[in-house]
Amino acid sequence: MYNPFSLKNKNIFIAGASSGIGKETAIECAKLGAKLVISGRNKDRLRNTLDILEGCNHKMVIADLLNKEELLSLVDEVEPFDGLVISVGIRLVSPFIFDNRKKLDKVFNSNFFVPIELIRLLVKYKKIKKNSSIVLVSSVGGVFVTTSGSSIYDASKAALNSMMKSCAKELSVKKIRVNSVNPGLVDTPLIHIGDTMKEEQIKSTLKDYPLGRHGKPIDIAHGIIYLLSDASSWVTGITLRIDGGLVI
Amino acid sequence: MKMEIKKFVKEFADQFDETDISEFSNNTIFKKLDEWSSLMALSIICMIDEEYDVIVNGDAIINSDTIQDLFNLVKTKI
Repeated sequence: MYNPFSLKNKNIFIAGASSGIGKETAIECAKLGAKLVISGRNKDRLRNTLDILEGCNHKMVIADLLNKEELLSLVDEVEPFDGLVISVGIRLVSPFIFDNRKKLDKVFNSNFFVPIELIRLLVKYKKIKKNSSIVLVSSVGGVFVTTSGSSIYDASKAALNSMMKSCAKELSVKKIRVNSVNPGLVDTPLIHIGDTMKEEQIKSTLKDYPLGRHGKPIDIAHGIIYLLSDASSWVTGITLRIDGGLVI
Repeated sequence: MKMEIKKFVKEFADQFDETDISEFSNNTIFKKLDEWSSLMALSIICMIDEEYDVIVNGDAIINSDTIQDLFNLVKTKI
């Protein structure tokens, strides 16, 4: 059957597959025929994702990407990929006046330094093939919209956005495409962790979405799949905004 | 570290830009202040973390009516 979004015969690595957007992306990629390596920090949740993937020959790797040894070991262990999805990151709400160095470092380590180092090492050690596709899970925050209380998170995504474009430009000689998906508010554990957003606050943002709802992980997963597939083979350096019309 | 209500009230008041200092006392029902907002709640939470090394969440704000209530809650966590 004709399917330009098929991922058959593609080896794809998904970092951050234990929950949220990463998990849903893994599930959908498997349905489209990809052979997956999924990584995360939480063994039980990662195992849970692995167990529900369609098809066989998928693998999981437990790794805390903030740990240099574990990151290097992961890069060393894996076979070369046709696709890479980086769905890692944390949210932190802090008024600018309270944005101390400790908070800046914490968010930037997860949201910026880890993704960049992962891409850099995988490319350096030739674990990302020619004609492959790298997709970063970014945000509308810091790239299209700025929200009070979100300064550090937004800055980390803005930095990631710039680096995504640099990678798109520089890795194009290797025919590696680099793009990001930029979600609006998606219902995943990330928005409920700690006290980031209370339920009433979440509900109050509904009016900002022309399409009348928040995002679901599958909305983002499908955008990622487009960017991983050959259907996007002339697309690099874009920010694919998936936000229910928020930014219009 | 001994917590003092007067210092706490001042630190609380310092987060506000437009409300007169005279409006702040231990009995102030802070959520009724004109300048109160969810961002202000966040600032108070961050202030408590920075000054007292105590992390309280939004429930602490919800469950406190006066500045004294919040002070008492923070004191239990020191």
